[in-house]
Amino acid sequence: MPVEVRLPSMLRIHVQGQSSLEVKGETVGEVLENLAKENPGMTGQIVDGEGVLRKFVNVYVNDDDIRYLNQLDTKLSSGDVITILPAVAGGGW
Amino acid sequence: MTYYRSVLDLIGNTPLLEVSQLSPNPNVRMLVKLEGQNPGGSVKDRIALAMVEQAEKDGLLSPGQTLLEPSSGNTGIGLALVCRVKGYNLTVVLPANVSIERRQLLKVWGAKIIDSPASEGSNGAVRLAREIASSNPQYAFLYQYGNPANPRAHYEGTGPEIWRDCPEVTHFVSGLGTSGTLLGVGRYLKDQNPAIEVWAVEPPAGEAVDGLRSLDDGYIPPIFIDNDGFDLLDRKTISDPRASILWTRRLAEIGVFAGISSGAAMAGAARCASSIDSGVIVVVAADAGWKYLSTGAWTDDLDEVVERARKIIYF
Repeated sequence: MPVEVRLPSMLRIHVQGQSSLEVKGETVGEVLENLAKENPGMTGQIVDGEGVLRKFVNVYVNDDDIRYLNQLDTKLSSGDVITILPAVAGGGW
Repeated sequence: MTYYRSVLDLIGNTPLLEVSQLSPNPNVRMLVKLEGQNPGGSVKDRIALAMVEQAEKDGLLSPGQTLLEPSSGNTGIGLALVCRVKGYNLTVVLPANVSIERRQLLKVWGAKIIDSPASEGSNGAVRLAREIASSNPQYAFLYQYGNPANPRAHYEGTGPEIWRDCPEVTHFVSGLGTSGTLLGVGRYLKDQNPAIEVWAVEPPAGEAVDGLRSLDDGYIPPIFIDNDGFDLLDRKTISDPRASILWTRRLAEIGVFAGISSGAAMAGAARCASSIDSGVIVVVAADAGWKYLSTGAWTDDLDEVVERARKIIYF
């Protein structure tokens, strides 16, 4: 099942400049694995060599941070959108 | 007591207002804590006072000393107020793209402003302030992102106030900036009732993210790590500018004049309400609407306002 994956500007260099692309997978982890298979430059960018989400990367499914869902095992449904973003200081409003 | 001796005594004890008429789920009540009622106009008055008083206790401040702080606005404004009353000077490192009213308010209480690049957002203000602090030891650098007095102000103030006013609370929803409100209130409420869920609402990644060259330029506030934020939070969601403005307007329709980040928090709370069977959600409205009048958030065409909101820091 393909879902849309949106990438931040600093990662687009690894996917021929695309800001979003369709990738297949039943879980977030599967999608990220397939993304790296199709685009070798993405290897290690989001998930480290031990299969753990990197510290300064946030991954969202439909605006929900997967660290507080089922992490990389978070299941996907048709039409879901995965957004990858760097962790930033949220403001200090 | 019928009158107060210092404006600083007016900080805290903000009202909790039921806004259940806005709840998308008839079995979920919603209440907002109106932090705009603080004398400096935001929730940040609490941490400004707590950080300064802790620094005084620790002997870090001498009369007339200058404090340095990165802020996208409200913490700077709160510190400017506290410093004015207590006789300190303040320099705020402020991203260039904050609303004009934030800049004006800082000047009301005599703060000096150093601009950080708009393209780097709050990260840029943090980076620049840390650089300046490390090479200029004459500054007192209280650093809200790493100061334990920040979450403690909420553990000792905001949290107990919510528990006192609404012990039936099941979910606590607040914006995520330094994470101080979520950590302090969240920990306090879970200490009283471990079943209470803590939901964080993030602003959307705006242009600031495009200014980062590498994922390694990301930033997680030290207080979030030190206080086991990853374990404490139950959920974290993003509210986009459109939803944030719409909910800011919904609040105004029932008479509540709140800032745009309050609209973002309400949007997150509405998601929460829709996803549970029943409950009582307490939402923090971090400030009032005054500082955002120049954005036209309540009056102008929605599409135009949303476009403008993408360019300024309102969280």
